[in-house]
Amino acid sequence: METEKHHIVPYRVYVYILIALVVMTFMSIGITKINLGAYSVLGAMIFATVKSVLVLTWFMHLKFDQPLLRFMVGFVVLLFFAVIFITFLDYYFR
Amino acid sequence: MQTATHPSNEVSYLDYKGKYKGIFGWIFSTDHKRIGLLYMYSMLVMFVVGVGLGLAMKLELIAPGKTIMDPGTYNAVFTVHGVIMIFMIVIPGLPAVFGNFFLPIMIGAKDVSFPKLNLLSWYFYVAGALLVISSVLFGNGTPDTGWTFYAPYSFKSGTNLLPAIFGAFVLGFSSILTGLNFIVTIHRMRAPGMTWFKMPLFPWSLYGTAWIQLLATPVVGITLVLVALERIFNIGVFDPALGGDPILYQHLFWIYSHPAVYVMILPAMGAISEIIPTFSQKHIFGYRAIIASTLAIAFVGYFVWGHHMFTSGMSGTAQYTFSILTFIVAIPSAIKVFNWISTMHKGSINPEAPFLWAVSFIFVFMIGGFSGLVLGALAANVHVHDTAFVVAHFHFIVFGGVGFAFFGAIHYWFPKMFGRMYDKVWAKVGWAFFTVGFLTLYSPMFYLGMMGMPRRYYDYLPEFHAANILSSLGSWVMTFGLLIVVINLFRSAKNGPIAEMNPWNSKTLEWTVPSPPPLENFDEIPVYGEKDGPYEY
Repeated sequence: METEKHHIVPYRVYVYILIALVVMTFMSIGITKINLGAYSVLGAMIFATVKSVLVLTWFMHLKFDQPLLRFMVGFVVLLFFAVIFITFLDYYFR
Repeated sequence: MQTATHPSNEVSYLDYKGKYKGIFGWIFSTDHKRIGLLYMYSMLVMFVVGVGLGLAMKLELIAPGKTIMDPGTYNAVFTVHGVIMIFMIVIPGLPAVFGNFFLPIMIGAKDVSFPKLNLLSWYFYVAGALLVISSVLFGNGTPDTGWTFYAPYSFKSGTNLLPAIFGAFVLGFSSILTGLNFIVTIHRMRAPGMTWFKMPLFPWSLYGTAWIQLLATPVVGITLVLVALERIFNIGVFDPALGGDPILYQHLFWIYSHPAVYVMILPAMGAISEIIPTFSQKHIFGYRAIIASTLAIAFVGYFVWGHHMFTSGMSGTAQYTFSILTFIVAIPSAIKVFNWISTMHKGSINPEAPFLWAVSFIFVFMIGGFSGLVLGALAANVHVHDTAFVVAHFHFIVFGGVGFAFFGAIHYWFPKMFGRMYDKVWAKVGWAFFTVGFLTLYSPMFYLGMMGMPRRYYDYLPEFHAANILSSLGSWVMTFGLLIVVINLFRSAKNGPIAEMNPWNSKTLEWTVPSPPPLENFDEIPVYGEKDGPYEY
C-alpha cells in the first residue's frame, strides 16, 4: 500500500541474528545433556521461544509492520502457550 | 448501495473462453468460482466412494457374524470410509466449495487475494486424495487403523499405511493454503464501506474457520510425519517399547482433529445463518451475538481436544479441565440455535427446499449437540466410550451438521451458481427421504451404544440384531433420498428453467450479480453506504 513505510535492515543485523540462532541451536542441544527432570521441556521451550521471537521480529519484519499483525502473532503465541499449558495438566498430574 | 451494472455482452464464468480450452480451461483456471466447482466435483467422486463403503458396513452389520466381509476387510473399510469422509469431504466441504465460490462475491471482490495459491490448494487436494487411494490399490493391504491412525498400532500394522499418512499430510497443505487465502481476502478485499460488522455471516464463519485451518492443521501434519518416522526409523516418540508415549500421539492428533470439527461445522452454521433470514424474510436476530459465538467456538474449540481421551489414561486434573471446557463450548453453539429460531419467529416463512434443509440441520445438530454433552460428562463418557453411541453422536454432528448444511447451501445458491432452477418438488421429496433415512440409520446407534455394543466390530451379540436391521434399512432410505437430490441437481444444472437473478429475495451481494456470475463478478466494485447491511429486509 502507498502509505506503508519501507524499512531496510542493515545486513549486519541479519548476521547477528543468524549467529544468535546458531548459538542457541547448539545450546538447545547441549542442554539435553543436563538432567533437568520435570523442567526439561521448559528448557527446550525457552530456547525455541527466543529463537522464534528473533525470527519473527527481524527476519519476518514484524518489528516494522502494522500493529494489527503484531497483535495477531501475539494472540497466536498466547494460544500456543495455552495449548501447551493444558497438555501439561496431563503430564504433571499423571 | 451502488450496485454493479452488467453489460449484456459479458459472458458468465461457465461460458468464458480463456487461454485454455475444454478441461484445461478448468484445471488451469484461477477463477475462484471454477475452483469452487472443481472442489465440488472432486469431492462428489470421493463422496460416492465413501457412501459406498458406508453402505457396505451397514450391510455387513445387518446380521450377526460374517455377512459380506471378513473382520480384516471390515477394519479396512471403516478406515478408508473415515479417511475419505473426514479429510476429503467434511473438512474441505463448505469452505472449499461455497467459500471459494461465494466469499469474494459476498464481500464485493473480484477474486480471492491469491488466485494462483487457490488453484495450488486444489492441486494439493487432488494429490492428497490420489495418495490415499494409492494406499488402497497398492502395497501390503489397505490401512486398518481407523481414520485416527492411533499409536502404537499405526506403526505396528503391516498394512500400506505410509501413503495414507502422507496423503492426509498433503491434504493438510490444501487446507492451510485455503485458510491463509481467506484470512487475507477478508482483511484486504472487502468492498469500500463494508466494515467488519456489515459483513455477512457466511464470510464471518469462514474467517473463524480459516484461523483454525491455519493454526491447527500444522500440528497434525507434524504428528503424521512423526508416525511415519516411527514406522521407518523406530525413533521412539510414541512407541512405549522405546520410551515413547502413545498418549502423546492422541494429544497431538486431537489438538488438530477436534478444532477440525469446527472447521467442518462453522461454515455450515454460516450457511444456515444466510438461509434462515432469507426464507424468513427478516433481519437475522442477534447478528453480533452470532459473530461473537462464531469466534468463541473457534477459540474455545482449541482447548477441548482431551474429551476424546477420557479413557486413555490421562491425568484426573486434565480430565476435569477438558470436561469443564467441553461444557463451555456448548454455550456459543446454543446461542446460534436460539438466534436462528428467534429469526424465524414472526417471519414470513417460505418453506422451500433450502429452508427445509436448514430447519432439519438445527434438529439433527441439536441431537448431536445434546449427545455430545453426555460424552463430555466424565462419568457418562466412561460407559459409552468406544460404543455405537459415539458413532451416532459424531454422525449427527458431522454428517448431520455438514451434510444437511451442504445440501441446504447447494439448494440455496444453486440458481446463482448455474443460472438455472432445480425441480422444487423433487428437491423436497429428496430431502424427505434423506431426512427419514438419516434418522432411521443413526438413531438406533444411540440405543445400541447405551446397551453396550462396541464400535468398529464386524460382529455383535444377537440382542443387538433388531436395531441393526433398522439402522441398515435406514442407510438404504437415506441413499435413495441422496440419489434423488443429486440427480435432480445434475439434471437441472443442464436443463432446468432459467433462474431469476434473485429468486429468493436475498439481500447479500451475491444476489446483485447475474446468474451465473461473470468472470470478475462485478463491473464496478460495489460501495456500501451508511445504512446498507446484509440483512435489511
